[in-house]
Amino acid sequence: MNQLTKSSFTWRNITETRLFFPVLALSLILLFDFIFIPGFFAIENRDGNLHGSMIDIFRNGSTVMLLAIGMTLVIATGGVDLSVGATMAIAASVAGILMNPSALKNEVFFVTDTNYTFQPLWVVIAAALIVSIICGLWNGVLVAYMRIQPMVATLILMISGRGIAQLITNGLRVQITYKPYAFIGQGWIILPFSLYIVAILLALTWVMTRKTAIGMFIESVGINFRSSFFSGINEKRIKLLVYTFCGFCAGIAGLVASSNVRTSDANNIGLTTELDAILAVVIGGTSMSGGRFSLLASMVGALVMQAITQSMYAIGVPAFALQAIKSVVVILVILLYSEQVRGFVRGISAPKTEV
Amino acid sequence: MSETDQNLLIMEGISKAFPGVQALDDVSLTLKRGEVLCLVGENGAGKSTLMKILTGVDKQDSGRIILDGKDIQAKSPQHAQSLGISTVYQEINLCPNLTVAENILLGQEPHKMGRIDWKKMNALAGETLQNLLGVDIDVTQSLGSYTVAIQQMVAIARALYIESAKMLILDEPTSSLDINETQQLFTVMRKLKDEGVGIIFITHFMGQIYEISDRITVLRNGKLVGTYDTSSITRVELISKMIGRSLAEFEEMTKIKLESSKHIKSDAVLQARDLGLTGSIRPFNLDLHAGEVVGLAGLLGSGRTETASILFGVEKPDTGAINFNGNLVQDYSPLGSIQRGVALCPEDRKAAGIVDDLTVRENIVLAIQANKGWFKYLSLPEQYGIAEKYIKLLNIATPSADQLVKNLSGGNQQKVILARWLATNPQVLILDEPTRGIDVGTKAEIQKLVLSLAEEGMACLFISSELEEVLRTSHRIVVLREREKVAEFVGEVDENTIIQAIAGSES
Repeated sequence: MNQLTKSSFTWRNITETRLFFPVLALSLILLFDFIFIPGFFAIENRDGNLHGSMIDIFRNGSTVMLLAIGMTLVIATGGVDLSVGATMAIAASVAGILMNPSALKNEVFFVTDTNYTFQPLWVVIAAALIVSIICGLWNGVLVAYMRIQPMVATLILMISGRGIAQLITNGLRVQITYKPYAFIGQGWIILPFSLYIVAILLALTWVMTRKTAIGMFIESVGINFRSSFFSGINEKRIKLLVYTFCGFCAGIAGLVASSNVRTSDANNIGLTTELDAILAVVIGGTSMSGGRFSLLASMVGALVMQAITQSMYAIGVPAFALQAIKSVVVILVILLYSEQVRGFVRGISAPKTEV
Repeated sequence: MSETDQNLLIMEGISKAFPGVQALDDVSLTLKRGEVLCLVGENGAGKSTLMKILTGVDKQDSGRIILDGKDIQAKSPQHAQSLGISTVYQEINLCPNLTVAENILLGQEPHKMGRIDWKKMNALAGETLQNLLGVDIDVTQSLGSYTVAIQQMVAIARALYIESAKMLILDEPTSSLDINETQQLFTVMRKLKDEGVGIIFITHFMGQIYEISDRITVLRNGKLVGTYDTSSITRVELISKMIGRSLAEFEEMTKIKLESSKHIKSDAVLQARDLGLTGSIRPFNLDLHAGEVVGLAGLLGSGRTETASILFGVEKPDTGAINFNGNLVQDYSPLGSIQRGVALCPEDRKAAGIVDDLTVRENIVLAIQANKGWFKYLSLPEQYGIAEKYIKLLNIATPSADQLVKNLSGGNQQKVILARWLATNPQVLILDEPTRGIDVGTKAEIQKLVLSLAEEGMACLFISSELEEVLRTSHRIVVLREREKVAEFVGEVDENTIIQAIAGSES
């Protein structure tokens, strides 16, 4: 009874942690790459910046990683947010129109000067993020205060969001040529710039959930909201917070994605990425019915998703067949999580002396 | 008919233990052909466990079951049904969006050339309802369009359609029915009785027990108290058998109680005036004093839990007001109550108490942290400090503060919830059934704890369905009947006086 907080690093402890299975899944995929794809792990130094397949996994995975941060919190409360892809498109449209408002006059005006922008960069970013926060708030109000089921509530914005994004740009695609904006998704400071964004957001979220009571309340609400209510936790405010925050994360992801493709394409930006984000969280081991969550595990989950895509491209699977192959691999990964496999691993790691 | 032939069902020496609790201890029960047997007992008495064993949901540790002269052991509810044991559960578990006929014959539809024969199906369903139950309704309408009573009838029809149905278990079928609907159900039950079907009827409404049953089997704390002919036992006798009383430890508790009663303050911490909520509890007055334990007695459904939840602000009253330390309460919410210094240990430990996937530490600090808000976060060492203090104080058996609460036994889970509330340092502590489903040793521990908390200056409201427990721990006893406060007793009271008050005028 005196050694209540003692912990030790045995094999058993490692297999019991939340990170074990996501990392195992990622390792298996990378092992496959190591054997079958020569040069997959090669990293080359171009003008002091690092490039290579591994770096690409991180860079291309950054949108899903950003989404997964917000999605983890939403799923931990027992909800889900289907509208993040649409919110990305809205944020991209807002950013695009503020840099090149010619679309509003119903004319497509090609900017050739890469230093031209209609509004300064900070206004562009702030406006896009504020709009996406409003999108998140809308979801939060529907779920927490109107008591609409999360899937239905966020479906509304998922469907209408792309329409709203089109309205913002007057139905036209806005080309983004402003160079500083392009840096968000394409810049490189030794590592891709988007990775620093992910790292900062992850750190901030970790502090927000683990250095305040918010993380515990999110888990408590997700596991048993009646008990939480009786304990005096304001469950509605917690839900409002996580959906709003999820919108904010989607906004950042929208900026990264639009900067990457240099256009605010309302029809294609973030298309079906909400599903990738949900899968990333699930692969990270957070239960869809809510409860315990791990941000880091969700990040590994997002990397698993991206590593699958990257490996498929590398071994020459054509783009049109990618989704089908990907789904097969995802099924295999999810099978890793089954009780049978868990029991098997537990059997290996169980202390032999235990009666 | 010989004596053995009359017995349809015999359950003999049934025992069942769950981790930490002996749910059933050598319980026997017989059901005759064509009789209604009432199975009564307070919460945790073992009624539902006994029925679960009969219908194959759980398996008994020992004992045997004889149906129609044959040893049986139901492996699943489906198996029990094929053996002739049909059950209608408290909540109607049918599909409201399907038609009445579909609901009755689901899974046993008549077929014609590989397709469902709808004409025959509707005719069969109509016949079943008409012949068995005397109910004439349009069976092609969806079930959801009918009243709860009709839905209940359909559930019974479905249970009886199984052709070999020999007996029927009705688990509190009347709790959602009004008087007319209940009468309709009773007519059906009498009809079935005449046809030789044996019925086990579980209810907590005294009036209904006396109206419909032939015999009554009483369970208490997992033990059989006895089986009685309904005509030969009075209400007061029955209630005293249900809530019981034993003299063990009584002397010691009386001593502690007498000692602690000296510390009762004269000013009320919490004053409720005309407090009430329509459909929940009629307006009542209640004063809680520091240092005093007030017991709430009454049968299940008498308004005990409703009283607790209105005092804690789970629900907002529509009449009256609460004064707390002389201030009128404005904010009726759990958080408001916690901030005032009121704590409630809710009745349903699983659904409203523990957060099972969190650790013991997190469960203990939950309310204190909710009170502090999102940003004044208790550091981990502080959290461990609080958790370990209460683990020691309440003697919680857990390997560590990091153990998930779901891995603890019921009694220890209850202690964790108690710890959660004690950690908020409340002035008023409301305990709703704090000893339900807990072993005897822990029960006594919790009772003593309540008295010592009162001695330290807390005002306690103690709710329990066991009268002996209420008598033992309370300085003052408030009796509720049919959602109304009917009596209040101070000091030493005779058990019978209270039972009279609980039973009401008809005794």
